[in-house]
Amino acid sequence: MWTAILVFTVLALVLGALLGYAGQAFKVEGDPLADKIDALLPQTQCGQCGYPGCRPYAEAIAAGEADINRCPPGGETTIKALADLLGVEPKPLDAELGEEKPKTVAWIDEQVCIGCTLCIQACPVDAILGAPKLMHTVIRDECTGCELCVAPCPVDCIYMLPLKPELDQWRWPNPESRIEIAEDVSLVIASDPALGREAEGRGGKHAMVAPSEVLSGSPRPAGPRDDGSRA
Amino acid sequence: MSERILHRFPGGLHPEQHKSESNGTPIRRAALPERLILPLRQHIGQAAKPVVAVGERVLRNQRLAQAEGYVSAPVHAPTSGMILAIEEHAVPHPSGLSAPCIVLQPDGLDEGMRAFEPWPDFCAVSPLLLRERVREAGIVGLGGAVFPSAVKLAGTPGTPIHTVVLNGAECEPYISCDDRLMRERADEVLRGGQILMHVVSAERCLVGVEDNKPEAIAALREAARLLGDARIEIVAVPTIYPSGGEKQLIHVMTGERISRETRTTERGFLGQNVGTAVAIYRAVVHGEPLTRRIVTVTGSGMAQPGNWDVPLGMLACDLIEQAGGYRPDVARLILGGPMMGFAMPSDEVPVTKAANCLLALASRDAPADPLPMPCIRCGKCAEACPVELQPQQLLWDARAGDFERAEKRDSLFECIECGICSAVCPSHIPLVQYFRYAKTEIWQRERDKDKASQAKVRFDVRNARIEREKREREAMLARKRAQLAAQKATAEPAPGEGEAAPVDDKQRAIREAMERARARKAAIQGQAEDPPVDKA
Repeated sequence: MWTAILVFTVLALVLGALLGYAGQAFKVEGDPLADKIDALLPQTQCGQCGYPGCRPYAEAIAAGEADINRCPPGGETTIKALADLLGVEPKPLDAELGEEKPKTVAWIDEQVCIGCTLCIQACPVDAILGAPKLMHTVIRDECTGCELCVAPCPVDCIYMLPLKPELDQWRWPNPESRIEIAEDVSLVIASDPALGREAEGRGGKHAMVAPSEVLSGSPRPAGPRDDGSRA
Repeated sequence: MSERILHRFPGGLHPEQHKSESNGTPIRRAALPERLILPLRQHIGQAAKPVVAVGERVLRNQRLAQAEGYVSAPVHAPTSGMILAIEEHAVPHPSGLSAPCIVLQPDGLDEGMRAFEPWPDFCAVSPLLLRERVREAGIVGLGGAVFPSAVKLAGTPGTPIHTVVLNGAECEPYISCDDRLMRERADEVLRGGQILMHVVSAERCLVGVEDNKPEAIAALREAARLLGDARIEIVAVPTIYPSGGEKQLIHVMTGERISRETRTTERGFLGQNVGTAVAIYRAVVHGEPLTRRIVTVTGSGMAQPGNWDVPLGMLACDLIEQAGGYRPDVARLILGGPMMGFAMPSDEVPVTKAANCLLALASRDAPADPLPMPCIRCGKCAEACPVELQPQQLLWDARAGDFERAEKRDSLFECIECGICSAVCPSHIPLVQYFRYAKTEIWQRERDKDKASQAKVRFDVRNARIEREKREREAMLARKRAQLAAQKATAEPAPGEGEAAPVDDKQRAIREAMERARARKAAIQGQAEDPPVDKA
């Protein structure tokens, strides 16, 4: 019995020393998880999450101090990406912190600007150009739309303008959303007593164009999303 | 010549042809409309930059806009006239959005100028100069991809081109512009092929034409016989959609299967549409830039289907009016074919270099999209997919928003958007719409990511700068303090009395500036009819 105890004691000591050495020798600099989280954040540095920038928020998530739903500019996409990374369930955006808005850029009314440089100091990404007592202007391509310049302006000459849709940034709509539109339209048909119940729930946007199509079609047993594929 | 052994690509479809509506009559030349709208971007790549001013009179073939960057193409005037404006105008795009265009008002004189020196003996001209000519003439792929041809002619460094493939398959239903072009200008098609062979030093030229165009094949064979060039071979390929896909056509004619990641030029093939070959011939031998194209005007919603030689920039509505107008029961106007084209929200858009077909369908041929049913995983889409993807799996990814998986595992970007999967789906799921959506969504995310990393770099640099300035200020203060201490040690310092005054001055200056700004703002808002957008 004593041999066994001795053997295990020695083993424990040796392995413990090995582990201790490995921990020192292969130490990872920085926080790899926080880096990964930081890479998923939109880097607007707007502070809407309650932390002074994206990096501190990433560190707080990595440390388990902050929830993943505190980034309004990133919105649903960011929350989903964070949930995937951390292996947790996505949750809706914390409504107290703001809501996901369409992207905007700051614009300075140069007629009104007094050249106080306060907005320049507030901009986290140096996207405002100007000098004391000379008017300032926003570098559109660099502006992240964080709105941090709006509050400091003493003459309220900064406006957040929605981005103009551009051809090469245009996106095809999600066909799913069209189906939802189609379902709305089908209500119009369902309200027509002549068409009866069959039209209910299927209709389609073209049902507006040719309601006869709806009637002549064969009856369908299930709605479009009854397969649960969207769940 | 021994009979060529043809091959079969995976999948494919036999849609109804509908070619005979439009391919029976010769190409007609469209009369000049009242105005031409020439988009600055009719090609893949960067928009061209205007080199003419509003109010200027221009001549036919004059360059209106120059290429910007390597992947770009210039725009030339299709006729003489006055530049009315350079402004935003609706362009043929599924979004219905506007883009910068040059508006040209023809003066009816159609006065031309010589844009380039004609080179009838092109064999004596160096390939480099010929490629430059193709670029200067604004030639892009006229099969619909509108990729600048000069860039494609540059090929892949280190890989010589052995075969020029002229694509006359024209596999989409309804479209017959290439068919008519090959029948009527077979000689120009083949001469274009000869120029291409000379430019890339290829050994042979294969002209692939689907066997549903026997007249075109006969015309090409006759032209080839007259030309007496043994390097040119006309290949009749079976009519299966999408044999007009570049890789599909190469596979059918040579048996060479070019993998998803590889470009055709990397394997020694240079594919060009037959219309592009004619444009190259005209640019080199006659010194003409690309200012016109053949457009098929067809469909059950058109009064008189046919093919038209159209000046670029002509509005679709003007062209359709000349072609006899719509039928009363027209329901939908599509740019391109029924498989790959898109419905246009308006016909007040110009014909561009990409416009091969204006397809108007009567309501009986344009049935309402049936409401999609759940995917039953029958696998028909996978069987029919010509690039051997798993569309049902991609659909799952796109619906779940799992774009990473769609891109990395299920090869979304290999999809050529041929539309077969949507056509064969028994549940009427618009699969290709999901893939188009997923692709643009992925591009958007990439742009967002680029923007985020750019913002991060700027944020980090700014923080570093602030930190450095703080350190420098502290260092300076420390130096000053040390100096003062040293001075104090030597002499009694004078009591500081001017310290309070500058602060007061500054405060007053700020107050005054704010007063002035407020006054100015009030004045401006009083003038303006509607003030700028409210603060969000």
